[in-house]
Amino acid sequence: MAISVRGVSKRFGEFVALDDVSLEIPSGALTALLGPSGGGKSTLLRIIAGLEKPDAGTVEIAGTDATSLPPQRRNVGFVFQHYAAFKHMTVFKNIAFGLEIRKRPKDEVRKKVNELLELVHIEKFSDRLPAELSGGQRQRMALARALAVEPEVLLLDEPFGALDAQVRKELRAWLRRLHDEVHVTTVFVTHDQEEAMEVADTIALISAGRLEQVGTPDELYDHPANDFVMSFLGPVTTLSGDLVRPHDLELRPTAGTDTTEATVVRVMRLGFEVRVELLVDGHDLWAQVTRETARDLDLEPGRIIHVARATRRQQPDHAGTTG
Amino acid sequence: MTQLDAPVPIAHRPAPASRSVRRSPSGFGLSVGFVTIYLSLIVLIPLGAVVSRSNNHGLSGFWHQVTAPDALSALRLTVVAAALVSAINAVMGTLIAWILVRDRFPGQRVIDALIDLPFALPTIVAGLVLLALYGPNSAIHVSFAYTRPAVVIALLFVTLPFVVRSVQPVLMELDQEMEEAAKSLGASPFTTFRRVVLPNLVPAILAGTALSFARAISEFGSTVLITGNIPNKTEVAAVHIYSQIQSDNVAGAAALSTVLLLVALVALVAFNLIQRWATRRG
Repeated sequence: MAISVRGVSKRFGEFVALDDVSLEIPSGALTALLGPSGGGKSTLLRIIAGLEKPDAGTVEIAGTDATSLPPQRRNVGFVFQHYAAFKHMTVFKNIAFGLEIRKRPKDEVRKKVNELLELVHIEKFSDRLPAELSGGQRQRMALARALAVEPEVLLLDEPFGALDAQVRKELRAWLRRLHDEVHVTTVFVTHDQEEAMEVADTIALISAGRLEQVGTPDELYDHPANDFVMSFLGPVTTLSGDLVRPHDLELRPTAGTDTTEATVVRVMRLGFEVRVELLVDGHDLWAQVTRETARDLDLEPGRIIHVARATRRQQPDHAGTTG
Repeated sequence: MTQLDAPVPIAHRPAPASRSVRRSPSGFGLSVGFVTIYLSLIVLIPLGAVVSRSNNHGLSGFWHQVTAPDALSALRLTVVAAALVSAINAVMGTLIAWILVRDRFPGQRVIDALIDLPFALPTIVAGLVLLALYGPNSAIHVSFAYTRPAVVIALLFVTLPFVVRSVQPVLMELDQEMEEAAKSLGASPFTTFRRVVLPNLVPAILAGTALSFARAISEFGSTVLITGNIPNKTEVAAVHIYSQIQSDNVAGAAALSTVLLLVALVALVAFNLIQRWATRRG
C-alpha cells in the first residue's frame, strides 16, 4: 500500500470534518476522493500531505508512519485548486523550486525542468510569470512543480475546480494519460462524479466525514452500498418507494403484472436522450428513453403509459429508506 | 474565471509602468488640468518660493549657508538618524505586521489600534511623552534626554505606522497556499519565508520605508523637547531651520530647506526605482 489511513478523525471547533476514516490506497493507482462539498475529502487529502494534523488516527506513506512528520519530510507532491503558483517567479523557477532548495547541481535542475516543461506541454512559456498563463497552463505548471521532486505520492485537491468546462474535460483526459505515463500513486479530490468515473481506477466516496464506499467506478455504480452512494453517482428517481436509475425504467403501451400505471406530464428531447416526466399516484417520476422508444410509444402529455423496472438492474445492497 | 483562462499573448503583456505613458482620452483633459493647477497651488509654487528664496544671494551665498558647521551637522545627524530609523522600521514594521496578520493573541486588536496612535498624536505631545519617560526625571530611571539616541527614539516613535500599515494589507492578501506549496516541496519555514513570502512583501516594505524616511528627515515636534536642540550635537535639520528663522537668518533657513527638499526627493525617487527593480526581478 502506498498510503494507509487508519482511524483518522478531525474536528474544526464543533464541526466534524472526518469521523474515524480508514482507507488503503494501492501503489501506482489513480484514486479519487469523491463527495459533496464540505464532506471532508479535502481535509483527508491535507492530512495525508501533513498540511493538517489529525485529532486521532495514523497516516502511513510507503510503509513509514508519517503521522507526526512535517509536510517537508513526507515526500508528497501537492497540487492546489487555485494553483498556488509562486507569482513572483517565472514558470521555470516555479518548477525548479523543489530541486533548487535540495541544492541539486544547476545542469541537473535545468535538464529536469526542461523535461517536465515538455511533459506538461508548456515549454514555450518557461520565461513567463504565472500571471501571464491561462488557468489550465498554470495548473499544468503546478503539476510539473509537484512532480519535479519525484514524490512518493501525488495529491491533487480539486485540481480542475477553477477551470471552465472545456479546459476541465481536456485536462481530465490528459491527467489520465499522464498517469499512465508516469505511474506515480495519485490521489485527487473532486466533487464531480463524472470526473471521478472518467479518470479514477478507484473511487472512495466520502460524505459528512465518513467513508461511504470504496471500489472501482463500476462497482460503485452497479453495486452501491446505500441510497446515498446510488444517488451521488448518477441520476435517480423513485418508483413505488425505491430508488431506480431513470435509464432502467421501461415504458410499455400495455399493462402487465410488473407494471405501474403513469400519466405523461412532459416530454423533453435532449439530443439522443428523451426525458419523460411522469406522474404515478401523485408522485413525480422520470424516465430516460431513446428517441426511437419515444416515437414508437407516441409519447405526449396526458397519455397513459405503463412503467416497469428493467430486470437486468441490480438493487442497492441494502434497499433501505429513500429520500 | 474567464480572465484566467485566456492566454496572454506576449505582445499584450502589460508594459512596465514607467513606459506606459498613455494619452488621456479627451474627456479627462479637464480633470488633468484641474489636478495640475491644484498641485501647483498646494505644492509646487510654495516649494518654488523656498528654492528661489534660498538663492537670493546667488549660488555662493547658498553654498555658504549650507556648509556652515552647525547646518552641516544638523543635516548629517538628520540623514543618518533617518536612515537608521528606516532600516529598523523595515525589519520591525514587517515583524509587527506579521504577528498582527498571522498570529492570534489576546490584546491583538488593541495593539492593532495602537499602531496608528503615533500618527494621530500631535508630535509635540509625542515629544512630551518621551520626555516624561526618558527625560531627566525619568519614571523608569532611563535617561536619553539631550543625546543623539534620543533623536533616534523620537523618530522611531513617530514613524512606527508606515511600514506596518503598508505591509499589513499585502500580507493579508497573500495566498497562504503558496507557503503550503513551498513546504510540501521540502522548504523549511525559513526558506519558505525568504524565497516565497519576503519577495512578495518587498515592494510594500520599500514603500513603507521610503515614507518613514521622508517623515523622519522632516520631523520637528517630537524631537524638539527631548533632544534639547544642542547645535552641532542633537539639533536636527527641521529644528535648525526654525532656529535660523528665530535668529532672522531667513536665507539660511531657506537654503537648508532646499537641501532637505532635495534629500527627500532623491530618497523617494531612489526607493521608487528600487521598488520597480525588485518587482520586475521578482
